[in-house]
Amino acid sequence: MANHSTSSHSRYLQHHFVDAEQQFDAAKMGMWVFLVTEILFFGGLFAAYIVYRLWYPELFVMASEELNTLWGGVNTVVLIGSSLTVAMAIKSAQLNQKRNIAINLGITLALAAIFMVIKYFEWTHKFHLGIFPGEFYAYEGIDHPKANVFFSLYYLMTGLHGLHVIIGIGLMIWLLVRSVKGHFDSEYYTPVEITGLYWHLVDIIWIFLFPLFYLID
Amino acid sequence: MDALNDLLLPPAKSTLAHQTDTLFWFVHLSGLVLTIGLIGVLIYFVIKYRRESEDEVTPLITHNNKLEVTWSVIPLIMVLIVFGWGYQVFMEQRVAPDDAYEVNVTGQKWIWQFTYENGARTNGELHVPAGRPVKLIMNSSDVIHSFYVPDYRIKQDVLPGRYTEVWFNAPEPGESIVFCTEYCGTSHSDMTAKVIVHEEGEFENWLADNAGGGGMPEDLAPAEWGEQLAQEWACSTCHSADGSDMTGPTWQGLFGHEVQLSDGSTVTADENYIRESILEPGAKVVDGYPNVMNTYQGQLNDEQINAIIEYIKTLK
Amino acid sequence: MSTEETNLKKIQVQRYEPESDPDQHYLNEETGIWAWLTTVDHKKIGLMYLASVTFFFFVGGIMALLVRTELWTPAKTFIEANTYNQIFTLHGAIMVFLFLVPSVPAALGNFFLPLQLGAKDVAFPRLNLLSYYLYVAGALIAIVSIVNGGIDTGWTFYTPYSSTTGGAVTTMVFGVFVIGFSSILTGVNFITTIHKMRAPGLSWDKLSLFSWSLYATSIIQILATPVLAITLALVGLERLLGIGIFDPALGGDPVLFQHFFWFYSHPAVYIMIVPGFGIVSEVITTFSKKHIFGYWAIALSSLAIAFIGFLVWGHHMFVSGQASLASMVFSFLTFLVGIPTGIKMFNWTATLYKGSIKLASPLLYIFGFFFLFLVGGLTGIVLGSIALNVHLHDTYYVVAHFHFVMVGGMVMAFLAGVHYWWPKMTGRLYNETLAKIACGIIFVGFNVTFLPQFVMGSLGMPRRYFNYIEQFQVYHQISTIGSYILGIGFVMIFYYLVKSIYTGEKASPNPWGSRALEWQVNSLPPLHNFHHTPVIINGPYDYHKPMDEFQLGLAESGNGHGTEVDVSSTEEKPQAE
Repeated sequence: MANHSTSSHSRYLQHHFVDAEQQFDAAKMGMWVFLVTEILFFGGLFAAYIVYRLWYPELFVMASEELNTLWGGVNTVVLIGSSLTVAMAIKSAQLNQKRNIAINLGITLALAAIFMVIKYFEWTHKFHLGIFPGEFYAYEGIDHPKANVFFSLYYLMTGLHGLHVIIGIGLMIWLLVRSVKGHFDSEYYTPVEITGLYWHLVDIIWIFLFPLFYLID
Repeated sequence: MDALNDLLLPPAKSTLAHQTDTLFWFVHLSGLVLTIGLIGVLIYFVIKYRRESEDEVTPLITHNNKLEVTWSVIPLIMVLIVFGWGYQVFMEQRVAPDDAYEVNVTGQKWIWQFTYENGARTNGELHVPAGRPVKLIMNSSDVIHSFYVPDYRIKQDVLPGRYTEVWFNAPEPGESIVFCTEYCGTSHSDMTAKVIVHEEGEFENWLADNAGGGGMPEDLAPAEWGEQLAQEWACSTCHSADGSDMTGPTWQGLFGHEVQLSDGSTVTADENYIRESILEPGAKVVDGYPNVMNTYQGQLNDEQINAIIEYIKTLK
Repeated sequence: MSTEETNLKKIQVQRYEPESDPDQHYLNEETGIWAWLTTVDHKKIGLMYLASVTFFFFVGGIMALLVRTELWTPAKTFIEANTYNQIFTLHGAIMVFLFLVPSVPAALGNFFLPLQLGAKDVAFPRLNLLSYYLYVAGALIAIVSIVNGGIDTGWTFYTPYSSTTGGAVTTMVFGVFVIGFSSILTGVNFITTIHKMRAPGLSWDKLSLFSWSLYATSIIQILATPVLAITLALVGLERLLGIGIFDPALGGDPVLFQHFFWFYSHPAVYIMIVPGFGIVSEVITTFSKKHIFGYWAIALSSLAIAFIGFLVWGHHMFVSGQASLASMVFSFLTFLVGIPTGIKMFNWTATLYKGSIKLASPLLYIFGFFFLFLVGGLTGIVLGSIALNVHLHDTYYVVAHFHFVMVGGMVMAFLAGVHYWWPKMTGRLYNETLAKIACGIIFVGFNVTFLPQFVMGSLGMPRRYFNYIEQFQVYHQISTIGSYILGIGFVMIFYYLVKSIYTGEKASPNPWGSRALEWQVNSLPPLHNFHHTPVIINGPYDYHKPMDEFQLGLAESGNGHGTEVDVSSTEEKPQAE
């Protein structure tokens, strides 16, 4: 493996790739393919949502009232902001600004945490009212026999999304540690790039979830 | 052809069964021709082009567009015929005539129940008039079942919380078997019934005799009637009369004895306990048995329950 | 090296003659149990999969024999109804999720895809190992749920039965969920590998048809499996929390479950069979020494099957109460998906024309495949016709149909692949006579088992029946006898293959005279497949060119990838270490 052309960067090159470009391309493509899988994964729940909304349109209007549009909106802004900062982290890497990578990742991490905190308060508020998923549903405020189904879907979809945010937070912490150690520069920033792709998907799914649950009239 | 029919298909006892059968034979025979042809060509090639030396060189034949089009288009036409034909027969079988005689069907683990216009009820036996379309309006009280009469070539899933329909017209008096074809648990394979086709006049008599449903026949003692009911309502699918262990506890030696319940307490099996167990099976579950029995509330009347209790009393 | 503006690069290549029985190979470069368990080598991971799927095949097979034995008499023969229901459920679930889905892609595909691409490994070797461990973890969870209460829902987990019955359904669906992720990650890995890891010169039109079939399979895996995962997660949550999506008692719809389930499970049928198609193409060309007929027709028909296969799920639900219009559309599309499959059969047959056919055991298995899959496919046409489906749905006719496709098609192709590649994987030759006899026993046993099931199915015998009416007994008994013959055949294969590892004759690098790339490396292959970057000059089916042109072209490393190659030297030289 001694004869690499000068453009090849071998610091993190795995043995089975010919050069760094191939490694980067492969990693990026792998993540894209994985994101397709993720879309289908959420797609099942979106399909269930569509079916139930067609069956019980009035329920969705009534139950949506219970959701706090303000905090949902704040969370949307927070998540879009974090998508911007993760993109800036990648840009910093391309420009070889090592300090800015860490700063941008740090901001992303903080925004993701804010999202989860707001989510926590939204959920606990509902639990206090007795809005639990499925058969544990005990809220009297909505006059519809299938109200529990709406909230089952709500908890499932925002819960699965929240799980993805938590995984994203874990990845961000890992990236932050590596960037502080100075692992990333304009030659090698594959993990930042592909985590960024993942994070954008998490953001986009929320952008669908927000109007589907909070903004129904 | 008739002999072949008997070999592969059950007797055709409804007016539309032969339509299915004709299509069945068309698809199978054309499939057979294709199979013989393709395998024949294959065997011919294997014999003719058998390797004789290791140095043989083969010609380069990469593709042939004419051939590709031929063997795409001809099968396409064939399958489109089968598609159109199958769809047409299906639609004919699907839409019941307006004057069809309606019977309500309830599927429940593991028994078929039939309710007629005048309140007559039967279990495990569907009585219908010959030569008249019969429409079944079906519903399940627990899981999904499926109503299948091979002789009529009809099948329809029976769903909880929704009604489904199927119809048939059996021209000749006779009997045909009904299977449940959607897996529904332990005694799925025992969930069978019989369609009994009567001559028109005979059917009216039968219907009149059973109006209201569920009175004790005059020639039976209560315990005998109870035994009959236990068969009819499929109690005996899960509860044996001879002490053998089935899905539910045996009835032998049950009456008057102590029963150990799953919550640790005990109870004496008297009339009240048995009655409660029939109407509210989950209230007192016998230790060691699953809580799977359905309620018979609204299905068995008091007289019938009393008869079953009398029957259980006789099983010492 | 010239770097002109065009996409063309001039490369110096050296010819390399592979050796048999090399001093260093993938099995002895790293040794010890720990090295196996932590290996990221795609070949070893492939072998671990092979061992695992073989184990589960025999477990599932024993279940099948228990089911068949119980059906010897119309009433109880030797086990209780509840036990019987659990056993047929396990037979289905084990065979589908633990054998059929991973068998060709994860076992043989893992081993041979990188070799056929001229790559040193798959794109993500560590992810590959993770896939394997997810498979093992899922299998262990499934075993725990079997011991801890059992599952009696059938492998289809239909609601509301599955959400209300007793037993360990929740843990079982969790196990299948985990196995699903193993399958998804393998799909992601293979798609990326095929796109990004091809050696210089290996253009899409030189890609082996086995690789094409794995590509189509992987597309299905990544698109369909997540839907199964979420569906089974919903069934689990239904049991835990009563979320009510599928339970009519809580406002849900059980038919929605069937739609979700078959949206995965029908394409999953193609996950199982399409890789088998790839093996057929490889074996037929090798043993007829003939260029494949209709390369693009075969390659693209796999992709066509993969895509149309997503639109036919409703043909499992003609009697479920779905709308007539939906049934019509699904029936129509079902017939369309039959066409690409037919095209493949015709092209394979045409490949034999003017070939030089040698009836070695892998080819015999392929001919077995040919007949059985043809019957399976044509009875699929019967079942795709709505009117006939109404009569035959959920009878033994369906059971026989999918066994002809899955066992007659897929398992025969899998066995052909195992026999074909055995010398490359183990460096040994098996006993050819025994292999031919076993192939015959399996073919006969299979037909004795499943042909009577067509008959009793069309006569009206429903599936998943513990008791049955006496009229069907003779068919059941013939079928049971056939299943024992079939079992003997499989045990025989296991015997002579394992024996060959210890006492078999050493295999030459290319015992069949194949032109495919995996045969141009050592038997056994080196740990990293190729010490230098291989350069692909000829296609895998170029049998009209002399054998010596197929010695591997090797270039110095760092030649880049994804560019067209102009070969300028063919000097012969053994490979440098």
